[in-house]
Amino acid sequence: MGKRTVVPFGPQHPVLPEPIHLDLVLEDEKVIEAIPQIGYVHRGLEKLVDKKDFKQFTYVSERICGICSFMHGAGYCMSVESIMGIEVPERAVFLRTIWAELSRIHSHLLWLGLTADAFGFESLFMHTWRLREQVLDLFEQTTGGRLIFSVCDIGGVRKDITPEMLDKIVSVVTNMDKELRDVTSVFLNDSTVKHRTVGIGLLSKEKALELGAVGPMAKASGIRRDMRTQGYCAYKYLEFEPITAEEGDSYARMQVRIGEIFQAIDLIKQCIEKLPEGDIITKIKGNPKGEHFTRVEQPRGEALYYVKANGTKFLDRFRVRTPTFANVPALLEILKDCDLADVPILILTIDPCISCTER
Amino acid sequence: MSFNKKSPWILHYDATSCNGCDIEVLASLTPLYDVERFGVVNTGDPRHADILLITGSVNGQSIPVIKQLYEQMPDPKAVVAVGICATSGGIFADCYNVEGGVDKVLPVDVYVPGCAARPQSIIDGILKACDILEEKQKALKGR
Repeated sequence: MGKRTVVPFGPQHPVLPEPIHLDLVLEDEKVIEAIPQIGYVHRGLEKLVDKKDFKQFTYVSERICGICSFMHGAGYCMSVESIMGIEVPERAVFLRTIWAELSRIHSHLLWLGLTADAFGFESLFMHTWRLREQVLDLFEQTTGGRLIFSVCDIGGVRKDITPEMLDKIVSVVTNMDKELRDVTSVFLNDSTVKHRTVGIGLLSKEKALELGAVGPMAKASGIRRDMRTQGYCAYKYLEFEPITAEEGDSYARMQVRIGEIFQAIDLIKQCIEKLPEGDIITKIKGNPKGEHFTRVEQPRGEALYYVKANGTKFLDRFRVRTPTFANVPALLEILKDCDLADVPILILTIDPCISCTER
Repeated sequence: MSFNKKSPWILHYDATSCNGCDIEVLASLTPLYDVERFGVVNTGDPRHADILLITGSVNGQSIPVIKQLYEQMPDPKAVVAVGICATSGGIFADCYNVEGGVDKVLPVDVYVPGCAARPQSIIDGILKACDILEEKQKALKGR
């Protein structure tokens, strides 16, 4: 038995775009235990409900995280709409789904790039981010923003997409599909990539269930759980099957995420085909009173929004449970008995979003 | 000597950003914006860095970290505050755990506006910081 050493990892580390600190207890090269320390990004955003009214809070909720910004905004709006009993126009519901699925493509491409960077495959990182820019251009042309676009509002959406733009979205995602096949085939077939991911970070189905893993983390361990199957937004009109894998290693999680990119392209096409005509926003009157839970499937997994309102302009309580928070126990589990060299890949395999987690 | 201006190395740290500005900083390194054509290299080591890019406002736990990063950087050095949160706290200024902009802790040389700051403006901010580095370099020599 070797001597135990503690290696501090983070908060500032080349592989981490965001700060988190892990104390890695090592025995020779093996990690025995990982002790997390968080709080570097905590802002106290939930408490802002005291200072910003429920309409202004839409903008705050979009800034929980810059990657899945649209879905955070939509999740909050859906909760308030349910409390107030607002009927959202069908067209707005479909438009929300289009933007949500575009966000999924952009988020997964971002993750693929960061993962490629983590195992030192720089050119692959550049290629995935080059493709990602096409999605960001679509956001900019339809909403005016690249990452945070404030297009979702209580009662519907602020901006409509013109028929020409819809055609353009279809042509861009169809062209992207071909390029994506080339890039993702490197991720799935290259022997160096396989060497770093196959069999690394194994999470069994039982463990995933026990630790409450969500999103691709759970799906790659064979758990068929996807909040979109509940049929919020326009998902009840669309045909899709949650993508799962059985192996439960880093490679399987990559497979699931790549599968979800192509699924999102298909869902966008279905949405545009079925897009109804009509209004995009309902006027709201009065203040909300009551409480509601909303569950949304984000790129990283299930996010849960809780809103409690008391009939005044200011909400009583707003609470989010984000997917990364749910996946941290699973991360600590897969970090046990891994090599020190694999730690960056394993941290990235849960697709961490620290600013969501700490808010 | 203008080595710094020809090829400044940047260090990026997320103080309490929402990720929006962070990924725009990364996006400005990738092919479409390609800040590397100005010789800018992203580094993970503060001891190699010339320009410190900070996104997000500061909180109690991130203040010692950014102070330490700044102290570890060799002279001359410049600080760029990216995004409105790093400038003044932005939408989060009223939060109980937000102390305010980065200038509460470090001397900031360039403020980049935006929520999230666009890659074009981030590149502009880095290039402005290069000129400031040059001036600081001259001042150091004259001492």
